[in-house]
This record gives sequence, C-alpha cells and structure tokens, in this order.
Amino acid sequence: MSTVAGAPVEEHRDDTGARMGMWLFLFTELLLFTGLFLIYAVQRYRFSSDFAYAAATLDTGIGTLNTAILLTSSLTMVLAVVALQQGKRKLSVTLMAITLGAGLAFMINKYFEWSHKFELGLYPGSEELVLRTPGEQTFYSLYYAMTGLHGIHVVIGMGVIGTMIYFTARRPRRVVRLRDVEETALENLGEAGRYAAEGQLEEVQITLFYVENEDVTERSVIRVENTGLYWHLVDVIWIFLFPLFYLIG
Amino acid sequence: MSSKKAALFGPYILVWLALLMLTGVTVTVAGMQLGNLSVLTAVFVATIKSTLVLHYFMHLKDESVVFKMMLGLAVFTIAAIMLLTFVDFSFR
Repeated sequence: MSTVAGAPVEEHRDDTGARMGMWLFLFTELLLFTGLFLIYAVQRYRFSSDFAYAAATLDTGIGTLNTAILLTSSLTMVLAVVALQQGKRKLSVTLMAITLGAGLAFMINKYFEWSHKFELGLYPGSEELVLRTPGEQTFYSLYYAMTGLHGIHVVIGMGVIGTMIYFTARRPRRVVRLRDVEETALENLGEAGRYAAEGQLEEVQITLFYVENEDVTERSVIRVENTGLYWHLVDVIWIFLFPLFYLIG
Repeated sequence: MSSKKAALFGPYILVWLALLMLTGVTVTVAGMQLGNLSVLTAVFVATIKSTLVLHYFMHLKDESVVFKMMLGLAVFTIAAIMLLTFVDFSFR
C-alpha cells in the first residue's frame, strides 16, 4: 500500500477463544463462592432460627437499593459492550463511566452499612457478638466473609472497567507491516522508519490521530466484552447473596 | 440512527426492567413471612434472575453450544457438591 496508515495487518486473534477463557475463569470464581454457599447452606440448616433472628438486623432497604444499583450497572455495562460493537466509542465510554459510578455507589452504601454494624458492636470476635448464640456468630461471620469477598470483586471489577475506559477512550492504534509501506513514507515514521529501511523492524504500531469516532480497534471490543462478563458474574453472585442474607429475617 | 439504537438497546432495557420487577417480587414475598416457602421462592426467583443475566447480558444466547455445555457442566458440578454434602450431613 502507498500510505503509512495503509492496510491494517490481519492480527492473529481468536475472540471466541478469549471469551471461552474468560468463562472458564468465571467458573473458578463460581466454585470459589460455591464453597461459601455450601457452608452457608449447612449452617443455615443447623441454626435456622438463629439465622432468621440475626438476619432481621440487616437493613433490607439498603440491600434492595444495592441490588437495584448493581442490576442497573449490569444494564449500562452490556449497553457499553453493544455500543462499542456498533463502533460508538464515546457512548461506550460514557456507559462504562456510569457503570463505574454505580459500582462506587454500591461500595459507599456497603461502607455505611458495615460502619453501622461496627457501631452496634456486631463484627466477628467483638465483645458483643461473643455473648450471642453460636448460630448468630456463624451468621455474622458468613455475612462479612461472603459480602466482603463479593465487595472485593466489585472493587476489582471497577479497576478493570477503569482500565477499559482508558483503552477505549484513547486514540486507536494500528499495526502496520513495514514492507507494505512505500520507502518515501518510511521517513514519516522517524526512527522506526530507519530501522525498517535497514530491515531490522518488520512491523510498527502507530497511533491514528485522525480517526472517525466510529473507528474502533477490534481488539478493544473483546476486552470490553470480557470485562462485561466479569461484571455480570459479580452481579449474578449478588443476586443470590441478597435474598439469602437480607430477606430471611 | 436513533431508531436503530432504540431497537438494539430496547431488549436489554426490557430485561433490566424484568430484573427490577423480580427483585420487587422477592422482597414482597419475603415480607409475607411464609417460612420455608419464602426461602424456596427466593432461590427460585434468584435462579430466574441469574438465567436472564447469563442469557441476555452475558450473551450466552449468541454463543455456540460448547459454551452452554461448559456452563451446564459447572452448574451440574455445583449441584452435585451441594447434594452430596447434604446427603452426608443428613444421614450422619
């Protein structure tokens, strides 16, 4: 091709494989939580009345609000994926930013919720909790362990979404195979062009400064898709945590 | 453009509304104090909600049958672990 920005090189990618890898990872996450759900199920069976009594102290209102926030963030996340698939980069970034904000709102609610419990002296090993029944102690241990592990997942998800916003918002980059570039155009590549002329460099990544908004690098789509999968799994886990902790009182 | 966008975003918004409605249903049923029945309802509704998320939001409906089999295997494994634990626990 005659220009520097010439024909983009066909990259060696396997998007289906990338998604499959993500799903396999998500199954290990499911099994991680399954272990905890298993403990919950057995202990709940042993101490059902204590669990009901202890669960009544949880704030159903905050729990319901957080459920709505997380479900809404799942919607904005999937819309961000769909927008990017359609090449709407700015819209996708905006939707991911909303998703990130929702994750933050979820964690802020969690902070107030836990702070209130700490004020009441209800945390594992507290003087107050030592006086309670074994069933109640077990309930609070599981409550902190399971919603805590879930919270860590929300924070990790927020970090990944933040990274994806950066990748999606920045100018797209293209790999150019230098032997397809005309000699005169190589000069425009500066140092890289010199190496290419000497045959030491085969391809180079360039940043596209003049791009349409619609120009989305395909690689960033699969990244955002996999980020979405992770975020939705965190949502699915909360869908089970919510009724099992907040709605049994 | 806007009508095309609406057509593509529309189904996801409907799924989201369904998820919010189902959340309302679980909270309402839990408030009725139905005892053991409310646990079953809660888990049942949670299963429907997660199926919706997996099917539509995680685009499992568009994936090949291999993905569905993988998920099936994972769910089967989890169910087997749960079942065997309870068999052990109940007859101890």
